Amino acid sequence: MISGEFWAMGGYARYVWPCFVLAFVVLAWNLWSAHRYHAAARLRARRAVTVAVSEEL
Amino acid sequence: MWTWFYKLASPPHVYALAGTLAPWFLGLAALTIGYGVIDGLAFAPPDYQQGDAFRIIYVHAPAAWMSTFVYTIMAVAGAIALIWRIKMGHIVAAACAPIGTSFTVLALVTGSLWGKPMWGTYWAWDPRLTSELILLFLYFGTMSLRGGFEDAAQGDRAAALLAVVGVVNVPIIHYSVVWWNSLHQGATVAKLGKPAMDPSMLWPLLSNLLGFMLFFGAVLCIRLRGEILNRERQATWVRRVVSL
Repeated sequence: MISGEFWAMGGYARYVWPCFVLAFVVLAWNLWSAHRYHAAARLRARRAVTVAVSEEL
Repeated sequence: MWTWFYKLASPPHVYALAGTLAPWFLGLAALTIGYGVIDGLAFAPPDYQQGDAFRIIYVHAPAAWMSTFVYTIMAVAGAIALIWRIKMGHIVAAACAPIGTSFTVLALVTGSLWGKPMWGTYWAWDPRLTSELILLFLYFGTMSLRGGFEDAAQGDRAAALLAVVGVVNVPIIHYSVVWWNSLHQGATVAKLGKPAMDPSMLWPLLSNLLGFMLFFGAVLCIRLRGEILNRERQATWVRRVVSL
């Protein structure tokens, strides 16, 4: 069990914890947006291939 | 050695390499950042002057360091693309910009939250803070230029040029605490010889610095794959990749 003293951060909790939460959010956003960007690019490329193949036929 | 280096200019090679490297970078980043955050928050002793507020350093310093590191990579990639007309340079620069922007925002906000209890204000037009804010505008500028032209190649060149010119801001950020009177503290880790931190405080910080670099590597790899697919959509090798 983590003590209340740990969460209080010597009276600086309202400055320390938001920094760590924001860091987590920024890292998570980076990962999510990169994956989304890659997935969207892959989908666009697949569509382009489908169009090219149908034109060839 | 040189063959390996030349292969980095080939989009299909980089696409495959990035796919292999990304999970390794991410796994190692999770381990190093996990250790750095737990040790920094729970086991490092409080600072004798700043108390527990100093723990903000474990996210602020890596974010600030990465903000300039990513910009430097973006500028070097831009220079390579401009000088040798290697399109991978533009691809790397485009992939770096959003990541670097996010690290710069994190550095500015965490710095502001650290500044309030230590300096009594969230913001001051201090040389370090102001030059870091200029870095954020440079990131915004490169992204705006890249997307602001009808001709994508022209946008790439304009963005690369701004990145190269703006790199002059990187040493200004670094030396701002030396050249001018600054509220911001001087170098602690990068001091030649002996860092100004006790090892019990320093190790989690170094671990987080390494972790943020590995994390950048992972996200860059994923973004590079997206950027390559976007630009090489019509290439034969892309047909094979997306058909799998």
